[in-house]
Amino acid sequence: MNAPFEGIGASVRRKEDLRFISGNGHYTDDINRPGQLHAVIKRSDRPHAKILSIDTAAAQAAPGVVAVFTGADTAGLGSIPCGWQIHNKDGSPMAEPRHPVLAEGFVRHVGDPIAVVIADTKQHAKDAAELLAIDLEELPAVATVTAATAPGAYLVHEGAAGNLCYDWHLGDKAATEAAFASAAKIVKLDLENNRLIPNAMEPRAALGDFDASSGDYTLYTTSQNPHVIRLLMGAFVLGLPEHRLRVVAPDVGGGFGSKIYHYAEEAIVTWAAGKLKRPVKWTADRSESFMSDAHGRDHVSTAELALDAQGKFLGLKVHTLANMGAYLSTFATAVPTYLYATLLAGTYTTPVIYVEVKAVFTNTVPVDAYRGAGRPEATFLLERLVDVAAQETGLDRVEIRRKNFIPRDAFPYQTPVALQYDSGDYFATLDAALKTADWAGFPARRAAAAAKGKLRGIGISTYLEACGIAPSKVVGSLGARAGLYEVANIRVHPTGSVTVFTGTHSHGQGHETTMAQLVTDQLGVPFSQVDVVHGDTSKIPFGMGTYGSRSLAVGGSAMVKAMDKIILKGRKIAAHLLEADIDDIEFKDGKFTVAGTDRAKTFGEIALTAYVPHNYPIEELEPGLDETAFYDPKNFTYPGGCHICEVEIDPDTGVTKVINFTAVDDVGRVVNPMIVEGQVQGGVAQGIGQALLENAVYDENGQLLSGSFMDYTMPRADNLPNFSVATENTMCTHNPLGSKGCGEVGAIGSPPAVINAVVDALRDYGVRHINMPASPEKLWSIINAGRPAMAAE
Amino acid sequence: MYDFAFSKPTNVADAVKLLGDPDAKPISGGQTLIPVLKQRLNKPTTVVDLTKLGLSGITVTATTVTIGATTTHVTVATSADVAKAIPALAHLASHIGDRAVRYRGTIGGSLANNDPTADYPSAALALGATIKTDRRSIAADDYFQGMFTTALEPGEIITAVEFPIPEKAAYVKFPNPASRYAMVGVFVAKGPKGVRVAVTGAGQNGVFRHTAFETALAANFSAGALAGLATPADGMNADIHGSAAYRAHLVDVIAKRAVAAAG
Ligand SMILES: Cc1cc2nc3c(=O)[nH]c(=O)nc-3n(C[C@H](O)[C@H](O)[C@H](O)COP(=O)(O)OP(=O)(O)OC[C@H]3O[C@@H](n4cnc5c(N)ncnc54)[C@H](O)[C@@H]3O)c2cc1C
Repeated sequence: MNAPFEGIGASVRRKEDLRFISGNGHYTDDINRPGQLHAVIKRSDRPHAKILSIDTAAAQAAPGVVAVFTGADTAGLGSIPCGWQIHNKDGSPMAEPRHPVLAEGFVRHVGDPIAVVIADTKQHAKDAAELLAIDLEELPAVATVTAATAPGAYLVHEGAAGNLCYDWHLGDKAATEAAFASAAKIVKLDLENNRLIPNAMEPRAALGDFDASSGDYTLYTTSQNPHVIRLLMGAFVLGLPEHRLRVVAPDVGGGFGSKIYHYAEEAIVTWAAGKLKRPVKWTADRSESFMSDAHGRDHVSTAELALDAQGKFLGLKVHTLANMGAYLSTFATAVPTYLYATLLAGTYTTPVIYVEVKAVFTNTVPVDAYRGAGRPEATFLLERLVDVAAQETGLDRVEIRRKNFIPRDAFPYQTPVALQYDSGDYFATLDAALKTADWAGFPARRAAAAAKGKLRGIGISTYLEACGIAPSKVVGSLGARAGLYEVANIRVHPTGSVTVFTGTHSHGQGHETTMAQLVTDQLGVPFSQVDVVHGDTSKIPFGMGTYGSRSLAVGGSAMVKAMDKIILKGRKIAAHLLEADIDDIEFKDGKFTVAGTDRAKTFGEIALTAYVPHNYPIEELEPGLDETAFYDPKNFTYPGGCHICEVEIDPDTGVTKVINFTAVDDVGRVVNPMIVEGQVQGGVAQGIGQALLENAVYDENGQLLSGSFMDYTMPRADNLPNFSVATENTMCTHNPLGSKGCGEVGAIGSPPAVINAVVDALRDYGVRHINMPASPEKLWSIINAGRPAMAAE
Repeated sequence: MYDFAFSKPTNVADAVKLLGDPDAKPISGGQTLIPVLKQRLNKPTTVVDLTKLGLSGITVTATTVTIGATTTHVTVATSADVAKAIPALAHLASHIGDRAVRYRGTIGGSLANNDPTADYPSAALALGATIKTDRRSIAADDYFQGMFTTALEPGEIITAVEFPIPEKAAYVKFPNPASRYAMVGVFVAKGPKGVRVAVTGAGQNGVFRHTAFETALAANFSAGALAGLATPADGMNADIHGSAAYRAHLVDVIAKRAVAAAG
């Protein structure tokens, strides 16, 4: 009987799901240590204020309270570091104000931690937190990039003049100006990319533990990258060497970027555990998450596209103000620069591009990477601009794209904004999507909807993204303060089962399944005999974690490299056992065979021999079958594709219904098609959420108005259509798997497809652009303004 | 939440006695009270559970539907008797919150709370219901007194709600996209008490009767009768989801749909 196919290309059911859906997941808040204390953080309810005094006496004396700490106690700790240094146009480094774990002298956003109360129960800690007497003197606050950069705006940080973190640029300004001077047509668009709150299902949590006998610390935390947390917190904030600090990120219930960063609470519980010699746990309430998890997006941009008379793109100019919030989160500074400006060529041959980005401090929660990170912002800008260009040149929306696509034979393709695309076929994804979405049949559907009194529109987006981050040397030259390789340790056990230790982290993506499939495929070990371990610095040699759709392209490649070493060693052992030359040993389907013969040893036999080396080339070869590899990618990977959205708007209420959504993506080699489809569906759900529903709103004074699910509109199942998801893949040329990454494409490609559809639906109302979210009231206002005759009826 | 004592009496008299403590609080489905307690916005001495008082159940006569105070939304939504007598009421209950909320939340809790964006208040007002309590009966017109404010005295318990069966009625809800409470909900009824139109979600003072619509519909019960009757924006709620003008417009649109649905 043949074993079921469980290698690369099989839609194997996710092995982790039974644990999750049966309540057996093991999350940070599920962990309890003997003698554990509970921390409650007292946060600012003011957007900007000077701390005049904090009286902790009553809280200290409250029942069950063990300690109360304020910024005065933690002032000796390091600043929460930013992982990426950007330089200004003039070469000077960005402004990098101190980011204390507890506020020192000032609070700068609603949610800024002021004090921590640690007690025997969470209830006691909460009771005592109410007894803190905090005297604040309110200061003027700025919530938007526009307000923060207005002349005379009050400063968030004294050291950051004009509230600027940096004023950065990329591209050839003179050449771009020249292209604009020669243009037949210039299309200009002002647009905003709305601010989002990630809202992972599991709120953040952190548990610090200190072992007085060894002096070792352990931090259990909801993280996408425990080694990075160990490095950032250990080296920069607490001054703890790596060998004294273990960071465990067990099951994590979603991250979407928000759990990449090193947060104050992690440092607080670890530091406090050492001080109090007792474990200290903190778990966020949902409302706390809204004001303490890093937010996403929040750009205000102006974009200009120069075209020749035939509609060829000649040049692109972009100016963007990016909101950083009150402090620099771990990746914040890289998002609007190297993950955004470098993407502005998109799928097009635009020969010259010039981008200016100003990063701006405001009195809001820090903003950082959120699913897609920079690429959704670039894609929304570009794909809206191209649609407006089509509208204003009279060219068909599809034709203008085709006309400007990078040709199939132009790869590798060097863009004017630093990136070199290795592979892609934008025509293939476009054609497949047009066909699936029945683009040609749309006019009839529009007419049928009109007969029912509905406004139907169709929108397209042909996007490109860069993920699989990242080549260390390249990112280092761009300001990254870390390398972005990945690490895998493949441990073959004596009986031939395998444990994979990966430096990536799975928080919903299904790595335990996908990565096991890689082992099944490469080593021929049955899927059931492979386990994947992640999320513990004491088990895994090293790792940079999961974000930027890097786990398969970079982490999977590291596994392939380690497995190559396993196979090579296996061949040596087999050559010895079979008394053959190593060059004659072939490895295929889990068997080491002497080429051209039926003399073979199974993988299991080789594994056993490696650990029971009685008949073994012990002089030349160490026993054991356990290999580690570090893999540093040669380039980013470049998924791309085409998303088509069809909507229907109720003109009486302005409500948009997504009728159809087609995604055809090029994600390179697909290991598990079911998981890829799920990733794309989830991403598209978030993209539709951004386009139609989600919005983090601050009032002009810096109060968060959308601070709970009562006001923050998460997309729900009934907001979404049945997606039509497919792939049309070209292989990544520079990693051993050919995989590009699928985690973010859905959230990157979809928002402009949705808005392009909404604008198309409203084409009779003279609409040029709609900022996200396209809320019912916004659309109704447009419709209402466009038909005064009908309103007067 | 703060610590509190909890008691679960088995008759109304005991419950009323426990609620003689001005800082005691009744709890029914807890779908509103528990979130409030969790946010520490309320500090009751005792929480008095009403669900074992025998106040759950639905009684239908030729002219009335009476629903016990602790009857859950799902019970009303799935009751064949309610669906037959006042289908609009079953429909309304089936659109409250989500399934989990409907399995716990109750009509008494909803009416006692009188959230300005809740659904049931519109039904009670439009149908001219009578709110029965441990001590008296209150006409819906006297019961709702502005948002989160009712005619209930301290410690007074709703025991049941009696709805006269209308000739026709319908409820249409335009949910707030985030909370899914009513951004605008319109309940229209034509029955023994005439034509009544109640609007929830939109008004700053909570549920209200739309007298201009009632007059127009009394003369001609059809959606067309509302054409040209624009609801003024004064007194409408405004928030990040919709301005007062948008809500006023939605009242017009949703009312027409409700009339059309009532047939
Ligand atoms: C996620 C979510 C979504 C929701 N969506 C909607 C929605 O779309 N539409 C909607 O209308 N509602 C909605 N609700 C509210 C829900 O309908 C509640 O069930 C209802 O408002 C209160 O009913 P309860 O039985 O849970 O009352 P409880 O929470 O137990 O009590 C509410 C208040 O009424 C008092 N009280 C309770 N029973 C009595 C009584 N018999 N006599 C006197 N006082 C009493 C309590 O002391 C308390 O002050 C939602 C709730 C949640 C959590």
